[in-house]
Amino acid sequence: MARILIPTALRQFAEKHDNVELPGATVGDVLHALTTRFPDLKKNLYSDEGKLRSFVNVYLNDEDIRYINKESSPVTDSDVLSIVPSIAGGKHA
Amino acid sequence: MSFRSCPVSLAENMPEVSLSKEEILRYSRHLIMPEVGMEGQLKLKQAKVLLVGAGGLGAPLGLYLAAAGVGRIGMVDFDVVDFTNLQRQVIHGTKDVGRPKLDSAFDSMRDINPFVRLDRFEVPITSENAFSILQDYDIVVDGTDNFPTRYLINDACVILKKPNVYGSIFRFEGQATVFATEQGPCYRCLYPEPPPPGLVPSCAEGGVLGILPGIIGLVQATETVKLILGIGEPLIGRLMLYDALAMRFRELKLRRNPECPVCGDHRTITGLIDYNQFCGVPNHPVEEKPVTGEIEPTEVKAKQDRGDKFTLVDVREVHEYQIAKIPGAVLIPLGELPKRLNELNPDDEIVMHCKMGGRSAKAVELLRQHDFTKVRNMIGGITKWSDTVDPGVPKY
Repeated sequence: MARILIPTALRQFAEKHDNVELPGATVGDVLHALTTRFPDLKKNLYSDEGKLRSFVNVYLNDEDIRYINKESSPVTDSDVLSIVPSIAGGKHA
Repeated sequence: MSFRSCPVSLAENMPEVSLSKEEILRYSRHLIMPEVGMEGQLKLKQAKVLLVGAGGLGAPLGLYLAAAGVGRIGMVDFDVVDFTNLQRQVIHGTKDVGRPKLDSAFDSMRDINPFVRLDRFEVPITSENAFSILQDYDIVVDGTDNFPTRYLINDACVILKKPNVYGSIFRFEGQATVFATEQGPCYRCLYPEPPPPGLVPSCAEGGVLGILPGIIGLVQATETVKLILGIGEPLIGRLMLYDALAMRFRELKLRRNPECPVCGDHRTITGLIDYNQFCGVPNHPVEEKPVTGEIEPTEVKAKQDRGDKFTLVDVREVHEYQIAKIPGAVLIPLGELPKRLNELNPDDEIVMHCKMGGRSAKAVELLRQHDFTKVRNMIGGITKWSDTVDPGVPKY
C-alpha cells in the first residue's frame, strides 16, 4: 500500500484525512483508489474529460509524474505520493 | 554557476561603494563571517530588490531585508492597513490602521535601518507598468495573493531575466522556490495554467495561521540574500513545502518544462498578456443583474419581525457559527447540504446565508436543482447583516 499525502485545500473532500494508504500498482491505480474512496475529490483532481487538472501536480516521492511515466508510473509499498495544488496566498497587489 | 553572476553582475558594474563607520558597527555580525564579510555587505548595499505586496509575506521580508542592509528596496502595494491584517502583517501596528500600507511599512523599515533607500509604487502591478516597475531591480520577490498577478510577475521576470523569489501560503501550508534564473524553471513550468476562479479559496476565505507567512516570507528573504551574496545552494529547481501542523519541511524536484510557453525551447509568449483573461477573471466587474432570488438582510429582518413563515439557513462552517450567528438561523454547512436536503421542505420559503454571499449562492443553486422553488440568497451574508441590521453581530 502506498501512502498518499492530501493537501490542506483538498482535505475537506477527503473526510479531513491528511494522508491515506491505498493499494495500486501504478500512480493511476492509487489515484483511482483515492477518488473511489472519496468521490468528492474527483472533480477537484480530474477534468470532465478524465484528465488530471493542470493546476494539480502529483509527485511520486520527490519527482513530478509528468517527467516520469505520468499516471502509468509504477508504485511500490514504500513510495509516497503527494498532491500539490497551486495556492496563491500572500498579498493582493 | 550562472545564477551567481546573475543578480550580482549588475552590482559589479556599479561605482565603488563603501561602508561608513556607523554601517560597519551596524553590520558587524555580518562582517565577521567570512561568507558575508565586507565584500558581501557591499554586495547587499548595492543590491536592488523589489517586493511585490506589503502583506503577510512582504512584512517579514521588508523588515529583515532592510535590517540586513539591502541598499535599495522597492515595494508595490496600494492597500490600506485594516484590523484583520494585524494578526500576521507585523510590519504594521494598531496605530497604522487606516494608513496606506506603504507609509506604515516604510516607517518601520526606516526605523530599523535609515541607510536603506526605499522606492514606493502605490499602484496595482499590471501588464502596462510591470516592465517599468521591475526594470531597475536585480531580484523580484513575489508576495501576492492572486493568480493573475503571479503569472504576470513570472512572465515579466522570465522576459527581463530577473530571478523571482516565490512564496505562497494557505492555512497551515506554504510553498517557496526561486524561479526564472538563467537555468531555472519558472512558475508556468510548475503550474502551466491557473485554477478556474473560485475553485481555490484565498486566505480571506480559507484563513491562514498568522505565523505561517513569517516562516515562508523569511525563507524568501534568506534566498534573496543568498542570491545577492552568491553563497550556498539556492532554492532553484526545488519546491520547498512546509506544513506547520506536522512541522515538516519537504522538497520536490522542479524541472524546466521544455514545452513551457514562456521559458521553454519554443517560446510562444514573448510579451505580457492579459492576465485576468488568462486566469478567467473578468477585467471589469460584471454588472449586477437584478436576479430574482436575492434578498437584502434588512428585508430578512423585516420578515422576521413580521413573523413571516420562512426558514433561514446558514451554510457556513461550525467554527464560523461559533464566531457570529443570526438569531433563528439553522446551521447546515455547504459541504453537508447535499446529504441533509431532507431536513428542508421544498415547499417552504427558504433564505440561505453565509459570510459574504458566495457560498449561499451555490447553496441556492443546489436547492433549485432539487426542485426547491422558493429559495433566495441573502446578499452580502452575515457581514452585511452586521453592517445594515445589527452592528452587535461581530464581523470576521
